[in-house]
Amino acid sequence: MNPTTEAGGPPPPPTSLAKTHMVLRVNGEDHEVAFRPHKTLLEVLREDMDLTGTKHGCELGECGTCTVLMDGEPKLSCLVLGLESDGVDIETVEGMAGPEGGHPLQHTFAELGAAQCGYCTPGFLLTAKAVLEDDKDPSRETLVEELSGNLCRCTGYLKIYEAIELAAQRMREKGSSDEGGSHV
Amino acid sequence: MSDDNGTPLSPEQQGLRDQLKEGYNLIGKSPIKVDGMAKTTGETKFADDLSLPRQLFVKLHRSHVAYARIKSIDTSKAEALPGVVAVLTGESLPIPFGILPVSQDEHALCIDKVRFIGDPVAAVAAIDEDVAFEAMQLIHVEYEKLDPVFDPAKALLNNEEPLHDYGDDGNVHKRVSMNFGDVEGAFDDADLVLEEKYFFEGNTHLPLEQHATLAWREPDGRLTVWSCTQTPHYVHKAMSNVLEMPPSRVRIIATPNGGGFGGKSDPFNHEIVCAKLALITNRPCKIALTREEVFYCHRGRHPTLMNMKVGFRKDGQMTGMHFQSLLDGGGYGSYGVASTYYTGALQTVTYKLPNYRFDGVRTFTNKPPCGPKRGHGTPQPRFALEVHLDRAAHELGIDPADIRLNHLCPPDSITANWLKVGSMGLGPCIEKVVEASGWRERYGKLPHGKGLGLACSSYISGAGLPIYWNAMPHSGVTVQLDRGGGVAVFCGETEIGQGSDTVLAMCVAEVLGIELEDIRLVVGDTHTTPVDLGSYSSRVTLMMGNAAFQAAERAREMIAKAAGERLEVPSVRLRFAENRVFDVQDPEHGLTFAKAVQLAETKFGTIAVAGSYTPPATPGKYRGAGVGPSPAYSYSAAVIQVDVDPETGETVVEKIWVAHDIGQSINEMLVIGQVEGGVYMGLGEAIMEEMTYRPNRFGVHKIPSMLEYKSPTTYEMPPVETFLIEDPDPNGPFGAKEVGQGPLLPIMPAVANAVFDAVGVRVDEIPVTPDKVLKAMTSKDKRYGPTKYPDLKITDTMYVKTLEQGGDGTSPRPPKAPTSSGKKVSS
Amino acid sequence: MMRLPSFRYLAPKDAAETAKILTGEGPDAMIVAGGTDLYPNMKRRHQMPKTLVSLRNVNDLRGVEMNGAVTIGSNETLRGLERNAELKTRLPALWTAVQSISTPILRNMGTIGGNVCLDTRCNYYNQNWEWRRGIDFCMKCDGTVCWVAPSSSVCWAVNSSDTVPVLIAMGAKFTLVSTRGERTIEAIEMFGEDGIDYLTKQKDEVLTRIEIPDQGNATSVYRKVRRRGAFDFPVAAVAARVEMDGDEVKDVNLVLNAVGPKPVVCESTQEFLKGKKLTPEVVEEAAKLAARGAKPLDNTDHLSMWRKKVVSVEVKRALGALR
Ligand SMILES: Cc1cc2nc3c(=O)[nH]c(=O)nc-3n(C[C@H](O)[C@H](O)[C@H](O)COP(=O)(O)OP(=O)(O)OC[C@H]3O[C@@H](n4cnc5c(N)ncnc54)[C@H](O)[C@@H]3O)c2cc1C
Ligand code: SF4
Ligand code: FES
Ligand code: FES
Repeated sequence: MNPTTEAGGPPPPPTSLAKTHMVLRVNGEDHEVAFRPHKTLLEVLREDMDLTGTKHGCELGECGTCTVLMDGEPKLSCLVLGLESDGVDIETVEGMAGPEGGHPLQHTFAELGAAQCGYCTPGFLLTAKAVLEDDKDPSRETLVEELSGNLCRCTGYLKIYEAIELAAQRMREKGSSDEGGSHV
Repeated sequence: MSDDNGTPLSPEQQGLRDQLKEGYNLIGKSPIKVDGMAKTTGETKFADDLSLPRQLFVKLHRSHVAYARIKSIDTSKAEALPGVVAVLTGESLPIPFGILPVSQDEHALCIDKVRFIGDPVAAVAAIDEDVAFEAMQLIHVEYEKLDPVFDPAKALLNNEEPLHDYGDDGNVHKRVSMNFGDVEGAFDDADLVLEEKYFFEGNTHLPLEQHATLAWREPDGRLTVWSCTQTPHYVHKAMSNVLEMPPSRVRIIATPNGGGFGGKSDPFNHEIVCAKLALITNRPCKIALTREEVFYCHRGRHPTLMNMKVGFRKDGQMTGMHFQSLLDGGGYGSYGVASTYYTGALQTVTYKLPNYRFDGVRTFTNKPPCGPKRGHGTPQPRFALEVHLDRAAHELGIDPADIRLNHLCPPDSITANWLKVGSMGLGPCIEKVVEASGWRERYGKLPHGKGLGLACSSYISGAGLPIYWNAMPHSGVTVQLDRGGGVAVFCGETEIGQGSDTVLAMCVAEVLGIELEDIRLVVGDTHTTPVDLGSYSSRVTLMMGNAAFQAAERAREMIAKAAGERLEVPSVRLRFAENRVFDVQDPEHGLTFAKAVQLAETKFGTIAVAGSYTPPATPGKYRGAGVGPSPAYSYSAAVIQVDVDPETGETVVEKIWVAHDIGQSINEMLVIGQVEGGVYMGLGEAIMEEMTYRPNRFGVHKIPSMLEYKSPTTYEMPPVETFLIEDPDPNGPFGAKEVGQGPLLPIMPAVANAVFDAVGVRVDEIPVTPDKVLKAMTSKDKRYGPTKYPDLKITDTMYVKTLEQGGDGTSPRPPKAPTSSGKKVSS
Repeated sequence: MMRLPSFRYLAPKDAAETAKILTGEGPDAMIVAGGTDLYPNMKRRHQMPKTLVSLRNVNDLRGVEMNGAVTIGSNETLRGLERNAELKTRLPALWTAVQSISTPILRNMGTIGGNVCLDTRCNYYNQNWEWRRGIDFCMKCDGTVCWVAPSSSVCWAVNSSDTVPVLIAMGAKFTLVSTRGERTIEAIEMFGEDGIDYLTKQKDEVLTRIEIPDQGNATSVYRKVRRRGAFDFPVAAVAARVEMDGDEVKDVNLVLNAVGPKPVVCESTQEFLKGKKLTPEVVEEAAKLAARGAKPLDNTDHLSMWRKKVVSVEVKRALGALR
């Protein structure tokens, strides 16, 4: 048992308001940031670094909206501390496009209507990017499995599969999976 | 497209008609969404992505009891907490609000009573969310508990302490009874009279974006509010009313919605509270709800208990229908009166139904308020009707496809309840899905456990009447031309993911012959854009599209006049395409669009023109006729294949074929996206989504989380084959009808019908969950569903003669004087 | 946003140091591995450690060793195990269990140690403080009554781990380290009867290793019941391991999970099966017998009556698959 308070009172508040200073490597650049130690990476990105491209839908690990890449692996930024993110290459949706334009996935998601309201989109894009790193020609079954941790309420996922398949095809044709100027 | 009624066309207008007849540049194609790249690069700013310097964070203290009188509120501890800037209680916001004029029953913060767990009582503004959260918990409210009511059947019995002091009686918010034609006679005439009870559990929108609002008191005292709302116009009204500020000093900007589905269509307490705190503190204030709080905003599907009685002839023709619905409304009115009418409105527009009676009751209960979710009020009766038809087909030995195909509601007809049906493409929809699914060869013949089910539906392309009575346009668009050839388009519409921005740009671009990149949109801003009533009732494409067409046509007319003079070509011969204006007989002879604009500006002065749209008058004139009429009805049909595990009752939906009568696609990709999305949402409703509470534990929401409110993952979504039926409707822009809501509707009944084909049992309750299937399989009557129906205590039925009976659309008795509020009811 | 309460955060370098910190900090400290169970609980304020001892820099708890036995470091991620091709062929039932956990993204983060130590779950408990206030709290946290079984003196929150039943069926052993030394226990000994004190592991003990003995000729299977194909915890689960002698059962382990606070070892069913041929009749009988041990209550997704019914179906299918 973890009694949080004496009879019925609210749980105690966060006490430490002192900020931690650290360097986070986000989208290929080192950023010096200061944030309170109990903040999640999601909060640090959005509130302390103005990177609001990373969205949130539950903050409890239950929707996948907050997905970012950490050393290339999709992780839920709502369940990682800012403190736990040093020494890791973090990639957010803002880092997917390069000087030559968007990542192929960003184009195909836009072209094929895989982003309706667009709120789940950053999470899907990053998960999809990691999938394509592993598998240049993913089957539908692979996509169903690998994307099963990202919820979308608008599309029914079908256009998302199509967009990933088209991006994969274009990337195969270009012969390299990191065209489009991504940093990681 | 909106043609002029009889007035002769100008040469320029004729030129445009000719241009469009020669083929579309954009319409029907699938150009990239205008907001596509912004959304895939993380650039789109949703409400919670906005922040302003010195911003405060707002949190609501919500009731933890379902029903109580507020005795006192102690905010002293919260106020004393360092970092807290302001604390607010209901006294500061005494004016009630609500989306419908007849249901102004909400307060931004509860004053007298709390009506459900989650009802907000106080608010704090603090320097950050941590402090605001802590302060919120330090507020102490003393309650005098009242006896809550959770069951609408109990709410029907006169309650001692009704939730509200308005409505029809006790906890009955609304009671309606309407009779069209001779229903009793129709049952006497029938070869088969089928009666059954159905239940549709409540569910919610679950947009991935949680509601958020940012409010700012400008230095001159005016108020600007950014909010993820589908209806900035109605938020504008409520906000200025409650804050007692002239509407001209209040500006609502709708941010792109991260999903709406109807859940962001009401003016919300948190929006008003946030604005009030911004005014009080003179600092920008932001509120962003947690997922749990979004469940408390709700406004989702009404749990509805239904009784359906239908008379059939041997050939499957319906002779008459008596439909009853009991809606569990939750704690407030919201759109509830309209929802109630909607449960009785659209039964008549799919199949011939000469006689029809509808009784509906909405009750208040101590739960979050229900309201409009995709399909607003119509999925519940649609489920009942389509399962009922499946039953009748079996009793009568008719193929379920034929019982529908043989008795379709004719196009260009008037239904028993006085709805005017224009284009009607349900027949081709059914034929498509029947053919594609191999229905004729496979239905009824699959091995035990596998089954096919078919169902159809219809939906409105916008309501014929506005929410509050007025004769002004429902949508307005302004087009403003720049000398460089750029076009600015202003419209109050809100992008909620459905693609309305793209539709707006495409309608203008088509008429002016320019590219989407040459258009810049300003949308959803009550201070700079003309009113569009909002993204609800599938009205945007049709109404905004018509307004955009008119505005663009007017701009084109001026350009054509000026260009015609310069080119010395009669303007009827001018064509606008590829950013040029040219002579159709000599395409080389022309001007760039930009040059043509300059000539027009020289001739007419600065060019900014408006277009607007008002729906046509409706034939129904009886009281309550405001709900149901629409300029055009869309139609859908679906066949679903399921695999039911006979030992566990688990149902896997393996494949869905769906056809939708769209009139004309503006952007085909968007249309298919809406079909697939609607199918997805319908699938969730059909098999797993439930908004349920624990009456035994004081009425808490059972599962206010993304994990326990079950939204289908990639694993549950089967392949979907989509077919579009295009038969342009004269009332739609370029012939377009709606697609945002209709395709959801057939999914739930089609699943239930497929389960019947698979294992021979009826589950007359949505969602069709494994335990229900299993119970049905072990029950004597091979059915799971409601067995009792309460007395709705209808004493006052309105009788309306149908057209066939020689009626004129009015009810013989004059409408009763309104009960509690003098304002008129409409959709 | 749901936010974390504040805490002190320490990230020791090895298991010994971890143990030392835990002893030093006392019961207010908790280990965090992937955080996928603990952080949501903290955000909802039902677990509020003052100190977090993170395993993120602890490298001696990672890795999988495969000799006859398979030894897994507790801090190995679920994804790491899923990607381990040899594990998949050698212990397919464990692999299936791992692969069925939550979502691919969460499996990138969650560890097997965290999965073994996963807090028990209940629909009255996995809610935030404001919600729980609405039900006047419950025995597991901040309150006194169990709303699932109001007359009960114990908590019925559900052990919802996917790997635990398989590990028990396979006869796995857990190694626990504290400043008092190291001890190795049978997997089943790890779990208590009460949803509150659901682990017998002491607060200052670190789970370091999971050792799965050589499975010989035995074959195993794992079956999980849940609403959706991803995200969802089990609402009933069956792990079965059978070693045959010809066509007769020589040894069998049958473990149910997600039907109560403690994984259920179906001892009488195991006894019943020994020496028998797995004919459909025997399997049917065994399934009925096993289901008696399952006492699901109304505190997870799905109706408890339905869960009880499917337990026997799933046992039947599990044994059927091993026939
Ligand atoms: C949406 C969602 C769905 C989920 N679905 C499932 C599911 O289907 N099946 C399932 O089994 N789980 C599920 N989980 C739970 C969780 O993700 C997994 O159980 C995961 O394996 C937990 O590991 P972790 O490393 O993240 O644990 P943590 O959260 O880090 O820790 C969990 C507990 O274990 C303790 N602990 C961790 N490591 C050690 C150690 N080495 N020694 C001693 N104590 C330790 C911690 O103190 C804590 O009490 C789900 C979680 C979420 C958020
Ligand atoms: S089983 Fe009872 S005591 Fe345990 S968490 Fe649930 S309600 Fe609380
Ligand atoms: S915000 Fe939902 S998983 Fe992180
Ligand atoms: S596009 Fe709206 S949630 Fe996925």
